[in-house]
Amino acid sequence: MKFGVVTFPGSNCDYDAYAAVRHVVGEEVEFLWHKSNDLLGSDVIILPGGFTYGDYLRSGAIAKFSPIMESVIKFANSGGKVIGICNGFQVLTESGLLPGALIRNEHLRFSCKYVHLKVSNNQTVYTSACKQGDVLKIPIAHGEGNYYNFDGDIKTLEDNNQIIFRYCDENGDVNEQSNPNGSINNIAGISNKEGNVLGMMPHPERAVEKILGSTDGLKLFESLQMAFSKTSIGG
Amino acid sequence: MSQQHIQPEVTPEMVETHGLTPDEYEKIKEILGREPNYTELGIFSVMWSEHCSYKNSISLIKTLPRDGDNLLAKAGEENAGAVDIGDGMAIVFKIESHNHPSAVEPYQGAATGVGGILRDIFTMGARPIAALNSLRFGSPDNPRVRYLVDGVVRGIGDYGNAFGVPTVGGEVYFDDCYTGNPLINAMAVGIMETEKIASATAEGNGNPIMIVGSKTGRDGIHGATFASEDLSEKSESQRSSVQVGDPFTEKLLVEATLEIIKKDLIVGIQDMGAAGITCSSSEMSAKGESGIEINIEEVPVREEKMTPYEILLSESQERMLVCVKKGMTDAVTEVFDKWGLDSKVVGKVTDDKLFTVKLNGEIVSQIPSDCLVLGGGAPIYKRETKRPTYMDEIVKINLDDYSLDRDWNDTLLTMLASPNICRKSWVYDQYDSMVRTNTAVGPGSDAAVLRLRKTDKALAMTTDCNARYCYVNPRRGGQAAVTEAARNIVCSGGQPLAITNCLNFGNPYKPEIYYGFTEAIGGMGDACRVFNTPVTGGNVSFYNEDPDRAVFPTPTIGMIGLIEHLDHITTQWFKNNGDAIFMLGENKEELGASEYLHTIYNVTKGDVPELDLDAEKKMQDALLTAIRNGLINSAHDCSEGGLATAIAECCISNEDDKIGATIKLDDSIRVDALLFGETLSRIVISCSVSDADKLAEHFKSAGVACRQIGTVGGTELTINDTISLPLAQMTTAFYDSMTEKIEKVS
Repeated sequence: MKFGVVTFPGSNCDYDAYAAVRHVVGEEVEFLWHKSNDLLGSDVIILPGGFTYGDYLRSGAIAKFSPIMESVIKFANSGGKVIGICNGFQVLTESGLLPGALIRNEHLRFSCKYVHLKVSNNQTVYTSACKQGDVLKIPIAHGEGNYYNFDGDIKTLEDNNQIIFRYCDENGDVNEQSNPNGSINNIAGISNKEGNVLGMMPHPERAVEKILGSTDGLKLFESLQMAFSKTSIGG
Repeated sequence: MSQQHIQPEVTPEMVETHGLTPDEYEKIKEILGREPNYTELGIFSVMWSEHCSYKNSISLIKTLPRDGDNLLAKAGEENAGAVDIGDGMAIVFKIESHNHPSAVEPYQGAATGVGGILRDIFTMGARPIAALNSLRFGSPDNPRVRYLVDGVVRGIGDYGNAFGVPTVGGEVYFDDCYTGNPLINAMAVGIMETEKIASATAEGNGNPIMIVGSKTGRDGIHGATFASEDLSEKSESQRSSVQVGDPFTEKLLVEATLEIIKKDLIVGIQDMGAAGITCSSSEMSAKGESGIEINIEEVPVREEKMTPYEILLSESQERMLVCVKKGMTDAVTEVFDKWGLDSKVVGKVTDDKLFTVKLNGEIVSQIPSDCLVLGGGAPIYKRETKRPTYMDEIVKINLDDYSLDRDWNDTLLTMLASPNICRKSWVYDQYDSMVRTNTAVGPGSDAAVLRLRKTDKALAMTTDCNARYCYVNPRRGGQAAVTEAARNIVCSGGQPLAITNCLNFGNPYKPEIYYGFTEAIGGMGDACRVFNTPVTGGNVSFYNEDPDRAVFPTPTIGMIGLIEHLDHITTQWFKNNGDAIFMLGENKEELGASEYLHTIYNVTKGDVPELDLDAEKKMQDALLTAIRNGLINSAHDCSEGGLATAIAECCISNEDDKIGATIKLDDSIRVDALLFGETLSRIVISCSVSDADKLAEHFKSAGVACRQIGTVGGTELTINDTISLPLAQMTTAFYDSMTEKIEKVS
């Protein structure tokens, strides 16, 4: 399995994602430059955290026009695996690969801290290593992570099991106190209808080593490893 | 001079508004052998300002210990100090103030403070790995102070977060003396391969000089001069002296800069901070014992009709001056093009030792480089000192004035909720403290700890200063600031390596202020010699006064320490039920200058607690050995708020796992002093019961006072029959207070 981590100008978690995949997960990984449209044969694309093009307009609004995104969108639409983390999630909603929008945190402040996530759907390539309802400890670091969508579209997300992670407390209770940014229904991560595109505000790449405070982020990569080993055995 | 460029005639009033004294003006005429023109006056004005020249501080700063075996760049030699940590790696670090800009425009002032200090790090070829901030404000009851806090924290957060450097530590203090003049000290730490160190020099006749990064605008003109005056009502009208930051450009600039250094394309590089092109050109050429010629019309500008004077003095952010190796300009441009940044040849190195500025071939300014810079021709003063009369009064204290008939549970809760002690997560949760995935211990313990990739080592870092101590007793306050920083490093498992300092004081022309400055530096030097922590650089900020008062003497210490193995990383909070709690040091009846008297009685009285530097050093060494031998489960230094506060913090400062303690103290001193007195050289540690005897023996043989004071466990903190508080109650007081104070609407 080969990962490609996109570097936009202003990306600043690209190296973290690269290091997590290469040094901890132990899979092949390459950086993908924003001006290129070559995905270098990647099986999984990571759109990392950061502030693409400064995000002075609207987070992710300019990134969607970059050459690499043309290829990423094509790749996603043909079933390729794409993960958008934090700013990457914002790029995915701006690009139309995921529904809804990420608006300013309800308290209007940037927030960096460990939170708990409840796995709401473990039937995806990204969560199959988790049990349904598992509680993962993974940090957030964002100012615009407040997931918003229209009521009808939220219902569609619910009906299709597209809500993958919700903010919860350490006991797994999804409640208002555990919602760090005002997201509707405590939504922390969603997928597209087909399940091949995942967007999440929390940073799994920051929770892959004990010394960093948690290894729960590894579940995501382990799930992908399981999915790809099945594919290669089957194919 | 130039036909095209008519310069205003220099008048005595103009000399005065440029902040130059008549004597200094005479010296300028002597250097030039003629009257300076308007542009040259501007250049001398900024270069001889306090901010750039250190004219009133350098003779004292030179008394600080600045030598060490592992120093690669000493104080003043380069943009920041560099320390060899082995394995072919060096740490580059520095702290700097952005007080005046932040007082007028808190968001941009703080943001550009962060930007400036980051550039000082990566201009040396180091990758910034951490930022810290030492912040001081007036009382949060004042709505303008809350506005300043909000703006400063957003400014720091937005800049550092977007740049992608984790902001991992620092301090936040509140005192009325900072009401009109907050202190915003930003520190950055970087890492590099020892051999890749870049120098701030320009040499090699004919080598091209390039400006890279942002275009030059009219922002920040005379920022350095602005920072060298007292704040007044006039300051509000000087908002144009505050620069505007663009962290996105800085993020591109760091990548491009590190790339040209790595590819060995350059001779030297310096960031453009205070006094912009002028400062970088004159300092780089003076260092290289060469000259620099700048063709001002070649400088990329973002506004029309900028005069040479404006271009030379602009402090537009995110720019670098680069002395490129001959034939390498295209290669440099290729790198900057890749990152979408400007890079342009604007001049060349000469061998005439002059800083020459030309406009379309005509000379508009020409000054010997060496005459402009610190260590060269810039003036050096030793100012008059006078011991302030308040110092003899303030140390007098009659403990009978302070009743012992109190509810000590309530008092501890009040202390835990007080602005200077309460948890500052309202501040640091707004900073990304984890990006780059090296943060082993983030904000909220004694020191922040970052693991060093590709090694088993880690780096501890902290900023410290108890400015109230420096106000009461500046010498001991200076000693205590260094000592506390070292204690925090050791409590985290590190060996103190070196310090950087940010010296925030009032107007140096006032003898009482200069007395405090002199004494505080003396104290810092005393302690640095004992702890073997040389001063690698930093910054001096004078004129920190509002119309009502000067700030407390505030010599902020930034210290780094090396943790030899990841296993030695130690945090302040108690870990396991049943662990034994020990205290190193002695409890004395010392309430002087305490946070307790300030919080409960709103007074500052009594002398700073005694400090025996050699005893402290012995204690720190013994603790570090115990940590390295795996005996210690937690270590927390005892500082503001005294022993009861320190123990409470050990119980509740780990958000995920709070744990109680039962403490028995048999000292026969006043209960207020026992609980909240700030006797120095005390550390609260915990260890497994099975190690308790070994631990006691270790400290005994090291000659360090050590005794068991209690046991970890339960859901309450009890101290003798005096304190009995549930963790939940202490948590509420400690965790919620800051939000309530700052987000209060009134």
